[in-house]
Amino acid sequence: MNERLLTRNNDVPQSHTLSVYRALGGYQSLEKALEMTPDAIVEEVKKSNLRGRGGAGFPTGMKWSFMPKNPLDAAGQPKPKYLVCNADEGEPGTFKDRLLMTRHPHMLVEGMIIAGHAIQANRGYIYIRGEFVFEINRVEQAIEEARAAGLLGKSVMGKDWSFDLVVYRGAGAYICGEETALLNSLEGKRGEPRLKPPFPAQVGAFGMPTCVNNVETFCAVPTILEIGAEAFAKIGTERSGGTRLFCVSGHIERPGVYELPINIKLRDLIDHCGGVLGGRKLQAVIPGGASAPMLRADEIDVAMDFDSLAKAGSMAGSGGVIIIDETACIVEVAARLLKFYEHESCGQCSQCREGSHWLARMFNRIERGGGTEDDLNMIAEICSNMAGQTICAFADAVTGPALSTIRKFRSDFEEHVRLGRCPKKATDHYHGHHDHHARARL
Amino acid sequence: MIIDETIRKQIDALRPHFPSEQALLLPLLHAIQAKEGWISRTAMQEAAQFLQLPLARVVEVVTFYTMYNRQPIGKQHLQVCTNVSCFLRGADHLVACLEKRLGIKVGETTPDGRFTLSEVECLAACGTAPVMQVNDDYHENLDEKALNQLMDRLEKEQRQ
Repeated sequence: MNERLLTRNNDVPQSHTLSVYRALGGYQSLEKALEMTPDAIVEEVKKSNLRGRGGAGFPTGMKWSFMPKNPLDAAGQPKPKYLVCNADEGEPGTFKDRLLMTRHPHMLVEGMIIAGHAIQANRGYIYIRGEFVFEINRVEQAIEEARAAGLLGKSVMGKDWSFDLVVYRGAGAYICGEETALLNSLEGKRGEPRLKPPFPAQVGAFGMPTCVNNVETFCAVPTILEIGAEAFAKIGTERSGGTRLFCVSGHIERPGVYELPINIKLRDLIDHCGGVLGGRKLQAVIPGGASAPMLRADEIDVAMDFDSLAKAGSMAGSGGVIIIDETACIVEVAARLLKFYEHESCGQCSQCREGSHWLARMFNRIERGGGTEDDLNMIAEICSNMAGQTICAFADAVTGPALSTIRKFRSDFEEHVRLGRCPKKATDHYHGHHDHHARARL
Repeated sequence: MIIDETIRKQIDALRPHFPSEQALLLPLLHAIQAKEGWISRTAMQEAAQFLQLPLARVVEVVTFYTMYNRQPIGKQHLQVCTNVSCFLRGADHLVACLEKRLGIKVGETTPDGRFTLSEVECLAACGTAPVMQVNDDYHENLDEKALNQLMDRLEKEQRQ
């Protein structure tokens, strides 16, 4: 169906080791990059139309070009610049970075060295979520191998440029996927997002100019230099180059990570993964991680690139595609998501802290049959007081599942209110302790 | 001392990579928890002293992150993801099975101190849902049968 770039060597044994990675052509792009000027690399990445794969879809080359060339401190001394990898994968439905770090840690290391050269940094940090113990060890092993081979350290590949990488282990906080929260966490602080501006390119990690990119974004860089920016750009849409790693989960026959052209149609993606689990009827899809507004079954003829999904009122986000079939209760799915946001709100902004708490309680109440018509209207009102009102985009993310479900599946909510219980509970096998109240009423 | 020679060496090795002492706090807390199983008030005081930080800086960090246990936990920490993709694939049933088998509710530890049961948010392994993390290890594609086999093994390992 297509050409795989980042995951083409998924099935090669020992693909995570330096010797196998090199035998497959690894680190040749770095060699090429070190012969190029930093500006030429940034230009190449700009031309490739690579857009950040963490969720926001910001053009990567442009982000790199925001980094100051020769920043000086107040005393006229040169400031250090930092490169940071966001490997705090945690957007529900997303699990691609885990695959890349497990199977292709050297691709990440190579991508980061090239990026480090492009922005002229001497140090990079890889912030990996704390639960990923196996992945942390994998990446640390790759760093050690690269260091021993002279690919990292005082003189990268014999050149007059030093660059080193360190892994930093997170400790369980979804918000640290937000880049300024991540920087605070990297500094050993609470992972609370920072007000912008200043942007990290001016004031980032430890107060220094910093560039933060996602794992998949860095992993795409060696490929861009290998096949050329034009070829990479040609695979995607006019405004978004390359392939994308789609993470497909939920009620799907063959869940997993699929590398496909970024503009594949959602319907084709579902077919590509074997269709809805058990041949059942599709009810809804979350197309870009938990924060992406849900799509109904009749809205799946949309392309999966950033612009097309935005036009369809949702978002491509982190590439986490969650399939929901007709047996699931949408109200319960939404309640589960809102409980997650309530748990993960950092509590810094009142709109988000209180709003996510109220929404979680209301969705739970409606699901259990205790909701009222007023609740349904109140949800939209709470959301309008959250979106765009806070330091970071978390509050906006909360409104994604809240508003999309109540708008697109309103009759399901109304039925819960009318019946005073969940209409689907009697036929569902998968309800344990969460729903014993609802069950007792049946 | 909770911060012993081993932990001291571990943190000293990291120090050259970071421009601030405070950046060493998360790694230090991980090291303490790896040794003790949780972060006690005494541990927080030692951490503050070791990195020369105000105690409040340490406390606010320990309480922010969910992975730092603020009370002792069982030898095996069973952490079942109940977020959407795992939920759609039967995670709640796994939790119910574990509650029944262990005779405890979510958030509790068995009286013999062997198992603590927790519900956690997305572990980023949704393609192999449902997922349970036991201490550092992920166990994926679980159903009731696989869960019971795993629990049999864990119980046997603990007896040895």
